[in-house]
Amino acid sequence: MNVILDGIAWILDPVHWSGAVSIPQRLWEHIRVSAAVLAIASAIALPLGALIGHTGRGRELAVMVSGGLRALPTLGVLTLFGIWIGIGLAAPVISLVILAIPPLLAGAYAGFESVDRRTIDAARAMGMREAQIVAKVEAPLGMPLIVGGIRSATLQIIATATLAAYIADDGLGRFIFEGLKTRDYPEMLGGSILVIALALVVDGCFAIAQRLVVPAGVRATRSREHRTGPVRLRADMGQPVTEGNHR
Amino acid sequence: MSWFWANLDRIGELMLVHLALSVPAIVLSFVLSVPLGWIAHRYRWSRSVLLSICALLYAIPSLALFIALPAITGFGLRSPVNLVIALTLYGIAVIARTAADAFDSVERDVRQSATAMGFSASGRFWSVELPLAGPVLLSGLRVVIVSTVSLATVGAVIGVQGLGSLFTDGFQRGIQAEIVTGIVATIVLALVLDWIAVMIGRLVMPWSRPRIARKRPNPGESASRAEAA
Amino acid sequence: MIEFRGVTKRFPDGTVAVEGVDIVIPPHTTTVLVGSSGSGKTTLLRMINRMVDPTAGQVLIDGVDVATREPVALRRSIGYVMQDSGLLPHRTVIDNVATVPLLRGTRRREAYARALELLETVGLDRSLGDRYPSQLSGGQRQRVGVARGLAVDPNILLMDEPFGAVDPIVRSELQQELLRLQGELGKTVVFVTHDVDEAFLLGDQVVIMQQGGRISQAASPAEILARPADSFVAEFVGVDRGKRALHVTEVDGRRIVVDAAGRPAGVLAS
Repeated sequence: MNVILDGIAWILDPVHWSGAVSIPQRLWEHIRVSAAVLAIASAIALPLGALIGHTGRGRELAVMVSGGLRALPTLGVLTLFGIWIGIGLAAPVISLVILAIPPLLAGAYAGFESVDRRTIDAARAMGMREAQIVAKVEAPLGMPLIVGGIRSATLQIIATATLAAYIADDGLGRFIFEGLKTRDYPEMLGGSILVIALALVVDGCFAIAQRLVVPAGVRATRSREHRTGPVRLRADMGQPVTEGNHR
Repeated sequence: MSWFWANLDRIGELMLVHLALSVPAIVLSFVLSVPLGWIAHRYRWSRSVLLSICALLYAIPSLALFIALPAITGFGLRSPVNLVIALTLYGIAVIARTAADAFDSVERDVRQSATAMGFSASGRFWSVELPLAGPVLLSGLRVVIVSTVSLATVGAVIGVQGLGSLFTDGFQRGIQAEIVTGIVATIVLALVLDWIAVMIGRLVMPWSRPRIARKRPNPGESASRAEAA
Repeated sequence: MIEFRGVTKRFPDGTVAVEGVDIVIPPHTTTVLVGSSGSGKTTLLRMINRMVDPTAGQVLIDGVDVATREPVALRRSIGYVMQDSGLLPHRTVIDNVATVPLLRGTRRREAYARALELLETVGLDRSLGDRYPSQLSGGQRQRVGVARGLAVDPNILLMDEPFGAVDPIVRSELQQELLRLQGELGKTVVFVTHDVDEAFLLGDQVVIMQQGGRISQAASPAEILARPADSFVAEFVGVDRGKRALHVTEVDGRRIVVDAAGRPAGVLAS
């Protein structure tokens, strides 16, 4: 237990709260890279997932691609791009985007697919255009699963961004790797605690968001069903969100 | 390619080391998850507790867990035991949840008719519930196999040898072939273990073999199709 | 008036849902398409608003081939009520009813006012407007479905087994309600069911369809009972089994109508 206290003491040490490589600076870097990656990956994966979920075409391909990408060892991808592109932010950003796509894609198409076909049929029969069906029916009803995918992807990005400090001077992972290099256990433990805290806070926010995006009419059904335990959503089932090999 | 042939021995050796890290973690997490999942299925209060803990474990970045775990367990940071414990925890986080679902999926009717036939509680578990939960358990196991094998590579950055060493070594020395080899070897290892799991599954659960792929009709057509019937 | 001319629908996998159908559906009346599953009745219905396009032949509304009309605009001009109501689960009742007027650009306030009125028209309390579909009973949902179908005051109302998923008591209530509504509104209603009794109750014209999407007979219920076109129709409507054969017997000086098995069906009002 003393060891853990050492780690906390390291975090609380005022020395680490100012200067060029302070905790706030590293935290900011970590959040900045994660947010940028999430934005890029979402811009690619969400529309694609929506298209696949809406049309039902290319589903097998999507399953294969997202399944295949998941088997990729994160560290391998990071180091490979690291030696291709060199030291800097480009290599980790590209790797992180590639690794974030599977959960986003899976969440998006699962969300669109989960919408009752009869509801969609009714919307079409009423005279909704395809784009209106997507925007007004499928997207709101599929939102919990879509957000579930974003949640998995975000956790994975935060985790992989930690590992990315191995190839770039960026983010909270730097404390871990510096500690590893200098055999300074309190430092690496402090860095780990910070990363864990960041991941848990973000996960908590997403857990709340996921509840909030359940459409009111759908929530009304659920409360009437007297289901025990939390309602499990497909997209956040499955794998531990760690370094990207998982979703 | 020449790097590959020149280092075949080392690759084979690392593969074995990697297996020694991941297989115990996979087996342990499976063996521990089944009772946990059963408890979560059986006692409602425990379900939300278990699922919350699993969700928290999910969220913890692996590198951070590898580093933080020794502070709790007392094992050395570079000890393979430390890595196996961490991988087992991740594995449990996945399978325990799947296992709870697996036991839920055993139909109430089947369970009740087993009781009516005179099975004792433990007899019912071993002869009815566990076999019927088997296919879902297997699907959870397969997910864990793939994730554990690739997650174990992260151990290399804290100094635990394995296929991940090919990434760190290749990166430091700038050998692209070494990293590519590592990636391919990791995927191959995962696929082989996955295949073995599927084969064992077929052997012990012959009834689940002919699985008809669930096909999803094209949404445009499904409606007109349904009504044509 | 809706007219089918030599309409055939063959799906890509080769199944023929509808073959060589010619019917005229007169305006301001109810036409019921009845048949067992696989008879193509729903396919026929869905050709009217282009949810399905025929592989051969034409569907005309007031002399205009629907193939020449833009599907979305066409659908917005035709009311559609489906089994299980097809309400959007994430929208309140009032939003559901106002959906199509809002799609057509009606102002929100106006659309809502009209929607509330329609709830009353279909026999629902205005206060249900704020509920979500999941908070209603099956019968209430179906009424909302009808209100939604009527929202743009269409000339044509398509109803695809609308009362198929509700229990018998509610169903007969809804049937009576539809008869009342139709008496007031006089829409051109095309109604699909597999229930012969429902067809005879609601239809001015009943179209009996058989496997493979062919029409066996299209006539008024009385005509069908009087002169079933063939043995299939006779069997389908139950004439051959004596199900529809009623006799008059006298009990205590009153004339009672009984069926073939002697069970009373009613009292003869002379």
